[in-house]
Amino acid sequence: MKVYSPASEAEVVAAVRTARAAGTPLRIIGGGTRQTLGRPVSAPASLDLKRLAGITLYEPAEMVIGARAGTPLAEVEAALAASGQMLPFEPVDHRALLETAGEPTIGAVAAGNFSGPRRISAGAARDSLIGVRFVNGAGEAVKSGGRVMKNVTGLDLVKLQAGAFGTLGPLTEVIFKVLPKPEAALTLVLHGLEDTRAIAALALALTTPFEVSGAAHLPGAGGAGTLIRLEGFAHSLAYRARELTRLLAPFGAVETVEGAASAALWSGLAALAPLAGGENLAVWRLSVKPSDGPKVVAAIGESLPVAGHCYDWGGGLVWLAVPAAEDGGVFAIRAAVAASGGHATLVRAPADLRAAVPVFQPEGAALARLAEGIRRSVDPDGLFNPGLTG
Amino acid sequence: MNAIAFPVPRADILARRDSIVVGLAALLPPEALITSANECKAFETDAFTAYRKMPLAVVLPSSTEEVSAVLAYLSAEGVPVVPRGAGTSLCGGSTPQEDAVVVGVSRLNRVLEVDYANRFVRVQAGVTNLGISSAVDADGFFYAPDPSSQLACTIAGNIGMNSGGAHCLKYGVTTNNLMGVKAVLLDGTIVDIGGAHLDAPGLDLLGLLCGSEGQLAMVTEATVRILRKAEGARPVLFGFPSAELAGECVAAVIGAGVIPVAMEFMDRQAIAIVEDFAKAGYPLEAEALLIIEVEGSDAEMDATLARIVAIARRHGVETIRESKSAMETAAIWKGRKSAFGATGRIADYICMDGTVPTGQLAHVLKETDRIVKHYGLRVANVFHAGDGNMHPLILYNVNDPVEAAKAEAAGMDILRLCVDVGGCLTGEHGVGIEKRDLMPHQFTKVDLRQQMAVRAVFDPQWLLNPAKVFPLEGRS
Repeated sequence: MKVYSPASEAEVVAAVRTARAAGTPLRIIGGGTRQTLGRPVSAPASLDLKRLAGITLYEPAEMVIGARAGTPLAEVEAALAASGQMLPFEPVDHRALLETAGEPTIGAVAAGNFSGPRRISAGAARDSLIGVRFVNGAGEAVKSGGRVMKNVTGLDLVKLQAGAFGTLGPLTEVIFKVLPKPEAALTLVLHGLEDTRAIAALALALTTPFEVSGAAHLPGAGGAGTLIRLEGFAHSLAYRARELTRLLAPFGAVETVEGAASAALWSGLAALAPLAGGENLAVWRLSVKPSDGPKVVAAIGESLPVAGHCYDWGGGLVWLAVPAAEDGGVFAIRAAVAASGGHATLVRAPADLRAAVPVFQPEGAALARLAEGIRRSVDPDGLFNPGLTG
Repeated sequence: MNAIAFPVPRADILARRDSIVVGLAALLPPEALITSANECKAFETDAFTAYRKMPLAVVLPSSTEEVSAVLAYLSAEGVPVVPRGAGTSLCGGSTPQEDAVVVGVSRLNRVLEVDYANRFVRVQAGVTNLGISSAVDADGFFYAPDPSSQLACTIAGNIGMNSGGAHCLKYGVTTNNLMGVKAVLLDGTIVDIGGAHLDAPGLDLLGLLCGSEGQLAMVTEATVRILRKAEGARPVLFGFPSAELAGECVAAVIGAGVIPVAMEFMDRQAIAIVEDFAKAGYPLEAEALLIIEVEGSDAEMDATLARIVAIARRHGVETIRESKSAMETAAIWKGRKSAFGATGRIADYICMDGTVPTGQLAHVLKETDRIVKHYGLRVANVFHAGDGNMHPLILYNVNDPVEAAKAEAAGMDILRLCVDVGGCLTGEHGVGIEKRDLMPHQFTKVDLRQQMAVRAVFDPQWLLNPAKVFPLEGRS
């Protein structure tokens, strides 16, 4: 297989032009930690962006960082941490779940819109992404957005790129707005709640003025834990924890977890630890109206043996494991989700299952037509990650 | 002013006006169709008042189905459509054209669903920005983006322009608070994108629609995130002897890990104008004023403000005035939010909206002053300092065509400067017609062609708000 390894945007342009002239579609690769996410791509060549690396811009006082797409996420996070800052959306790490190794790249975080627990308060990756450069299917370098956080100039192709999984062309550079790392954090934990009660507790916490920055429920075999995170200045946290504990009293005793133990709860969730492991299990990611989460899980449980599940984003994000056999539960799961108005993505499954069922939620005819039109407007020859989302 | 060109009205459409009106009348109740010159005049411009064009007709549908029927009919007839919210656009986003039908959302004015447990509100698109917050205010919630025109502007217009406001430093702009829409495509097809869940599947069409300035579809319903109000909010006025010191203070506050809800800047000229109008106790002797607002319980606000005050003192602050009551807080914000209106009492003005990297604020203020003086005019600066979104108000006399042309030229020079220092033409108002011809200064031909190719997926014939955003030359 032909592998292009460009080290500059100009080299990406050249690679795309060569591939286009030869009529050979490209599989776009970053750190290689998510290559089993999406439908299997069959492309005769790949575009490996690992050499297209390096931080291009970092202005802590302006809360903005830019990096070439192949820059390891860890490098970006380390640079931010050195100035007491962070990516607001706490990117999800798929390595444990997908049983892959390597270093995730910042470009893939943007292209997949991979947002973790803090998405509930700080928005998704797409909300922090303020600028991109990419190469379209004609082999032209295109810019959208920029380095300033308020920018409504022209059509927002930045948003289109976030979550396009590379199908709108390889990103060459991404710019994110960032936030100060909170001075302190703690987690309030309720024990032993069944799902519906737990989500009600999370909804209560999320409708207080205390700026909850994480709201998850882990049913787990060792007893359920309902997690509510507070972050901010130390003087605020003590007060907010006290007030929340009082409000949550009807749901039971509240344990306060601080320091490294609190951080570990959330880094574990961002690494999808509750769903990792397990033989022959397909893992689904459901996005639903938060209060519908338990209902949807119960409906799925009526027709499938659910091997494990957990909730993030106050109940609006459900991770669910079912046997990877046959259709991987696609019909039962999509039917249950449809009743709520949300959508479901098959995140982990063997290649044959991912080839057999739609990994991403099929769209209605009108939206599918628009999406196809947009893809063609950027990539008329279907060069980039063909079939990945289709 | 007449520097900005419009597409030549199509004679064949103008000639068919009567039959088009008859066609629209068959789709709508009589009160939803406006055709007399007298009544259409109210729609000939928006808040960018220097440009006026009488539309062919105006329709005000009251349901998604009516919008769908109107767009299906007009697209089949090949008639341009200009969507309109409340007409508060400062960049001519809803300026009509003679061969176009204005489709307004003012009768789509119902709040459809309030869901506190899931923290969203679903409204028809003609509900005002403040109307959303008002619907949930008694229960302690609010909708975060707060453009100065929030009393009048509609959520449809906010989505069209991806509107911001003073408090978006902490809470984000429209696109960060929008969860879903019901929208009508040009051919009348009704689509639902997103909803009560937190992210939509597939390509982010919601993100694309938001800020697309009415060129891709017409939004008829919106699902937006609501937030619980903070326990308290307190703005503090900081007077500085120079713009540089105020700018450095802003950077230092952020550098210290403090993100206030708002950090608003006013220069001496703006302070004088606003204080004369609002009597909010703004320090008249200061060269630069920052309004910094913090939120939380009293103890939290005290502690956060103590940090900010310590930073301000290190940057030469001369006056510090904390709001001591809800009335004082209201007066302080009334002053800021009426800054444009108050300016309008002393002179005509055009309002620029470029964003610059915050490290460039002091430089850009100095250059702005130089540019405006070069044209023999005056400028007042009032803007969102935390995110570098500047609003120079260039003062001029609208009845003096020479001065008007100078004001327009000065504005264009300032926007070029914003782009040249790493910023952009517009932070929250939109491109509209006002900045359309400057787009090649920010974007390459390739960038613009790619955007237009995406636009063409929705409107290959340039019928939806066709005079806006993209320069008339070089369209395909």
